[in-house]
Amino acid sequence: MANRSSEAVLQNIDWVLVLLYLVLVTMGWFNIYAAVYNEEYKSIFDTSQSYGMQLVWIVTSLFIAFAILVIDGEFFPKFAYVLYGAFIFLLIVVIFAGVEVKGSKSWIGVGGFRIQPAEFAKFATNLAIAKYLSNINIKFEKLSTKLIAAALFAVPALIIILQNETGSALVYASFILVLYREGLSGNILVMGLVMVLLFIAALLVDEGVLSIILAVIAGCSFFFIRFKLNNALIVGGILLASVAFVYTVDYAFVNVLEPHQKKRINVLLGKEVDLKGAGYNVNQSMIAIGSGGLIGKGYLNGTQTKYNYVPEQSTDFIFCTVGEEWGFVGSTIVLGLFVLLLLRLIFLAERQRSTFSRIYGYGLASIIFFHLAINIGMTIGLAPVVGIPLPFFSYGGSSLWSFTILTFIFVRLDAYRFQILR
Amino acid sequence: MNLFSDRKYVISAIFITLVSIFLIRIFYIQVLDNSYKLAANDNALRHKIEYPERGVIYDRNGKILVYNEAAYDLMVIPKRVKKIDTLDLCKILEITKEEFITRLKKLKAQKFSSFRPEIFENEISLETYATLQEKMMKFPGFFVQARTLRKYPLKTAPHALGYVGEVDKKLMESNPYYRMGDNIGLSGVEKSYEIPLRGQRGVKIVMVDVYNREKGSFEDGRYDTASVLGRSLTSSIDADLQEYGEKLMQNKIGAVVAIEPATGEILAMLSSPTYDPNLLVGRLKKKNYPIMVMDTTKPLYNRATMAKYPPGSTFKLVNALIGQQEGVINESTLFSCSRGFHFGGLTVGCHPHASPVNLKFSITTSCNSYYCNTFKNILQKYPKTAIGFKVWRDHVMSFGLGKKFPVDLPQESSGNVPTIKYYDKYHGAGRWNAITVISLAIGQGEMGVTPLQMANFCTVIANRGWYYAPHVIKKVEGGKIDTTYTKKRYTTVGRAYFDPVVEGMRNVVIAGTGRIAQLDSLTVCGKTGTAQNPHGKDHSIFICFAPMDKPKIALAVYVENAGFGATWAAPIASLMMEKYLRREVKRPEMEKRIMDANLLPKKSDWIAKKTKG
Repeated sequence: MANRSSEAVLQNIDWVLVLLYLVLVTMGWFNIYAAVYNEEYKSIFDTSQSYGMQLVWIVTSLFIAFAILVIDGEFFPKFAYVLYGAFIFLLIVVIFAGVEVKGSKSWIGVGGFRIQPAEFAKFATNLAIAKYLSNINIKFEKLSTKLIAAALFAVPALIIILQNETGSALVYASFILVLYREGLSGNILVMGLVMVLLFIAALLVDEGVLSIILAVIAGCSFFFIRFKLNNALIVGGILLASVAFVYTVDYAFVNVLEPHQKKRINVLLGKEVDLKGAGYNVNQSMIAIGSGGLIGKGYLNGTQTKYNYVPEQSTDFIFCTVGEEWGFVGSTIVLGLFVLLLLRLIFLAERQRSTFSRIYGYGLASIIFFHLAINIGMTIGLAPVVGIPLPFFSYGGSSLWSFTILTFIFVRLDAYRFQILR
Repeated sequence: MNLFSDRKYVISAIFITLVSIFLIRIFYIQVLDNSYKLAANDNALRHKIEYPERGVIYDRNGKILVYNEAAYDLMVIPKRVKKIDTLDLCKILEITKEEFITRLKKLKAQKFSSFRPEIFENEISLETYATLQEKMMKFPGFFVQARTLRKYPLKTAPHALGYVGEVDKKLMESNPYYRMGDNIGLSGVEKSYEIPLRGQRGVKIVMVDVYNREKGSFEDGRYDTASVLGRSLTSSIDADLQEYGEKLMQNKIGAVVAIEPATGEILAMLSSPTYDPNLLVGRLKKKNYPIMVMDTTKPLYNRATMAKYPPGSTFKLVNALIGQQEGVINESTLFSCSRGFHFGGLTVGCHPHASPVNLKFSITTSCNSYYCNTFKNILQKYPKTAIGFKVWRDHVMSFGLGKKFPVDLPQESSGNVPTIKYYDKYHGAGRWNAITVISLAIGQGEMGVTPLQMANFCTVIANRGWYYAPHVIKKVEGGKIDTTYTKKRYTTVGRAYFDPVVEGMRNVVIAGTGRIAQLDSLTVCGKTGTAQNPHGKDHSIFICFAPMDKPKIALAVYVENAGFGATWAAPIASLMMEKYLRREVKRPEMEKRIMDANLLPKKSDWIAKKTKG
């Protein structure tokens, strides 16, 4: 019986998705080799070097992937809350019993290795949200539903912030896209975008001047909408909220953010030039990518990454190696593969009969997208330096395992789609 | 289907839009903006410069005048400095701990990578270097780098040799060859022969990692260039003669130039007060240069080529030659002299001597009246003073006076032979005549001649009518000297007119004003001069050459504020001739009198002496 079921799984899995996964992981491995290339240890299989270790992570990931594929499809919706609860517990434990690495207490030691529960909490959270929203008794229109769904990802995010891993916590914001797909008003996305713009504007322009500009914009809006009491109240309300937000940002920036966070944001906005400190990483990263030219310097010929000018080049800044050695052509291919992956995920999610699987699929796509946006944006100076890895590419066991689990749960759910009638 | 399934398009659009923005940005920084490529090269490529050794300069007998000596700089890579025994290092370097800390801090604060090596202490002494070498392991981050400095083993001829120094910003802008920290010849031969001396710098491009560790050559050395050694020079200067002259001229202000008449090669060129050229090397220069610039006796000033002195009576020789050429006098022309030259209310005085005087005797006794008459006759031979003056001036210029030769040294004055324009401006056109400018007859007035020019017109007389432009470098390794110095130049005075003048000069030494210059059997020919100086005591002048036939050396000696030419300049010239022609001086008393004499202005003290060491 189990045998037949696993045969069926192998027949029904989406090989396009699996192939994209394998291609990205392999490219990642070769780029890690180039990034930390060490003439004394020329073998890419040498496990004393990170490229050798990455192969270990890749092979183990494949075992994990296979293990997930042979698990019964019913397992994931059934145990979603249990897994979620377990990881929330683990995240709390880490705060007290974790190992501190580079200022963040988000690691726990297991034998000789360290793992980062925050990475794995993503798939558990994704499962929990999918489970909650796919309940037939749930009405998404109700405010309480939205709030509970939001709480499901806000709770792990907050715990992770307590671990000093702001970057990983930010990723949980990607679930907003999932909620949008399930019926959250589009205005929330617009509002989010406006808030980001206001946030940047508030830091660049004096708040008084900005308030006046906003008032003028509000006044101008009456050229497009009729001047009625109702409209006037709405416009006035939005104006008031915006101005309040601007002042809040200003206050929060000065009083709440840590100095290093302030500095990173200032550097990104071009308000501060600090090529030795906060701006160093981004500057070196842009030099590495920018020097790649149209077709790159060729594999293993990148001077900037090979000679360690870019910090964290095998992990968070792995895209520099792509940019430097493969140029614009290589960068386009890598980003193109990611877009293909994302579109494939949307396509697969949409073909699910089960709401659970669809929501999970969107959750996966959103998480990958968010990682991609922040990680690549950071390397080319469009996003603040937030230490999150590039999915499938960056060196690291936790990250690769986490994305493998996230992805292959979906592959398993997708392969199981015919057995679900709902 | 699901109510909101159309939203997949919105979400897809968001994904595609953001990735498109990224691609545009990446296209911009990779393909359109070139600055990142430059920054990348700046990061990872180091242009390692290989400095060739500067050429050695030899004297005419193969003695080394300048060579290169190894110097050691203590370098530091600030970021590599780990916990070290600061006190121990401070003790070796003889600096305080505070000084050590501030220096390191300053280097760390520089905008360049802290992995770039910087000079921590330059030119550490050999002893310091030896001590450091033993303990180097204890000071991670520090290392010693070797380079070369000029060294003058004989401490002689500083004005001719010149000095080198670091290039300044202006020079770097005008000549792209030079870079920050490069050395360049700033005066003397070091400057005029900069290009052969410096050789050609080589550049090796190496790749370095972020810790400044070398990682091999860039593109297999495709862009590397090899360095070319500096070429050595052979100077015409005779180091023994030069050194001897410097000893004679100590505590005196003035200049001596000696020329080999047959070749125009300068055998000695000294300007006094002189200095030890080693004082202007490397970090000593920073300390000494300002002191020497401020010194009132101007030790850096090359009087031999720069100072414009009145030639005094030595100039009578030139007028004697021009007078003959112009036909206003000949060997037997006689002029009377009654204690001078009298014309209207004007008197140019003369010392008491027999009268009337002929040409030879006028030289022997240095008669002023004879030359005032001669000069007056030259100018009055022509219908207008201006025409006569121009003829006279052209003759004078043909002796190498009033213009640069040019000599192969960067600093040279053209001297001054006054022009018609000058007198027209001063007296008004047509309102001056031979009498107005009569002082030119006896080498006074506006005449300005450098000691080099004086030695050269002595050479012209020794050669009976021609000279080569004087020069201090006779050979450039693997090359030829400039044709300027191999072209024979003739005066406008005929060969035959020189004989009575030379005989007159011979008589000066045998029976005239320059008897002190006589040197046993040598046929020395000379002429004394005493130039009036409105600011103080007269300048003492002597020009001479020997032997009379086939002369081997021609000399001009000028001693400021010393009095009669016969008292100081003549014995100095004579002793130097003895040194050069006999290689040994056998007149110890005269030698001692000259060497011990202190003719410096009372107040002045040769400050640079204090700066030694």
